[in-house]
Amino acid sequence: MLHATALHTYYGASHVLHGIDFRVAKGETVALMGRNGMGKSTLLKSMLGIVAPRSGKVAILGRDVTGMETSAVIRQGIAYVPEGRGMFHNLTVREHLLMAARAGTDGRRDWTYERVLETFPRLAERLDNLGTHLSGGEQQMLSIGRALMTNPQLLILDEATEGLAPLIRRDIWHVIRAIKQTGIASIIVDKNVGVLLDLADRHVILVKGEVVYDGGPETLKSDSSILERHIGL
Amino acid sequence: MDVWFFLIQLLNGVQYGLLLFLVASGLTLIFGIMGIINLAHGAFYMLGAYLAWWLAGLTGSLVAAVVLSLPLAALVGYVIEALLVRTLYKRDHLDQVLLTYGLILIFNEAQRILWGNDVHGIAMPTAVNWSVRLTETLSYPVYRVILSGICAALAVVMYVVIAKTRFGMWVRAGASNRDMVAALGINVKLLFGVVFAVGAALAGLAGAISTPISSVAPGMGDTVLILCFVVVVIGGVGSVKGAFLGAMLIGLADTFGKVFVPDFASFTVYGVMAAVLLWKPRGLFA
Repeated sequence: MLHATALHTYYGASHVLHGIDFRVAKGETVALMGRNGMGKSTLLKSMLGIVAPRSGKVAILGRDVTGMETSAVIRQGIAYVPEGRGMFHNLTVREHLLMAARAGTDGRRDWTYERVLETFPRLAERLDNLGTHLSGGEQQMLSIGRALMTNPQLLILDEATEGLAPLIRRDIWHVIRAIKQTGIASIIVDKNVGVLLDLADRHVILVKGEVVYDGGPETLKSDSSILERHIGL
Repeated sequence: MDVWFFLIQLLNGVQYGLLLFLVASGLTLIFGIMGIINLAHGAFYMLGAYLAWWLAGLTGSLVAAVVLSLPLAALVGYVIEALLVRTLYKRDHLDQVLLTYGLILIFNEAQRILWGNDVHGIAMPTAVNWSVRLTETLSYPVYRVILSGICAALAVVMYVVIAKTRFGMWVRAGASNRDMVAALGINVKLLFGVVFAVGAALAGLAGAISTPISSVAPGMGDTVLILCFVVVVIGGVGSVKGAFLGAMLIGLADTFGKVFVPDFASFTVYGVMAAVLLWKPRGLFA
């Protein structure tokens, strides 16, 4: 689905990503883990062309997208739910969803306006509210709903449940599991290691811009020292 | 004070406001969505007027001239965006002001080379060269009514496009958070190019349709540009609704200022701006 090789990204003089290889298979759920400032968001932005990597390659479904405009990369079948949710202060909930609507790269329109509202009934109650007038949890639901309206094959969630109340978190995780069941691949960044161990098919841990672990949950569960060392549990 | 005289000034003010809105709406969208301070926006107004004057001479028809000058102004706008303005999005306002100021100079010089420095005018087409009689002594030119009608109709079209269509949602979303618009897979470059071209076309149209009532002269874009910046600041940057209200306020303030306080006529517009900004420092709809 997505394959990044040897990505090096700099912010000015500081070298943030040190030759990262990262891939996601079709339908696969990958947890991207690591402490703050280790390069998780930078890796996502580098793959999407939001930040330009200095070297390395990114391919989506076999097609080289290195150096492409963000919008062109996204249209290869990716949806991005950024940290901070990316609400538009002058658009209503309804407009957030309608403006994003698009058939998938394979022409499918599985996710319609109606289906998104069925998935997030709370949004259906607030259709005429402005995006920025929603609670944090509702904003995250809207951001995910808006992403689904583009009928993606890969959903990228940066800080999926950050700053949300426990009950809302549970709702969000419930929806993410449901999305996974539909066969959409995902990359999830979150602080909640327990949920990620249970949910994701594969886990990638970043330390100072390098991949220090890339594998399934079994090893992480049986050898807790890996998580202790790299994430500090 | 004669009520009919007052009414005529009111109509003049509204008509001027509507015309200003055509120019200012593009300016506010370009400013609000792309973050570009486009000092050359008034040049599109001038371009529209000169194109209309030139084409009216060639075709002998004002309508044909206006209709032809519209796509030409849009094309010039699109090319300027693609070649020059596009390089400014990631730069600061000083670079933008420098480049677009340079564009004003180029536009003015091109106008001198192509059409000379003389002041021109277009004769009012005979079909609309009559007035609606209001009283024994007062009447109102029908062309100004038509002008207001065109501007008002376009304002309605713009409202519908911006408020109801997906394109309008993208434009508004772009004014709020353009990186997120790109992250949803929407081609922001193309969106910006289209908005810039539409803004140029609207300004050009305003210039073209005003040729029978005001002269086609060098520097005509500069006066309009300054008034349009006042309109944009009053309305709130990026708000088309604000631009509409701001244009009405400025159109009326300018017209009534010239009639009732002629000694302070050049001040009334800025007096209104100062009052609005004291009340709402970020503009009416920021």
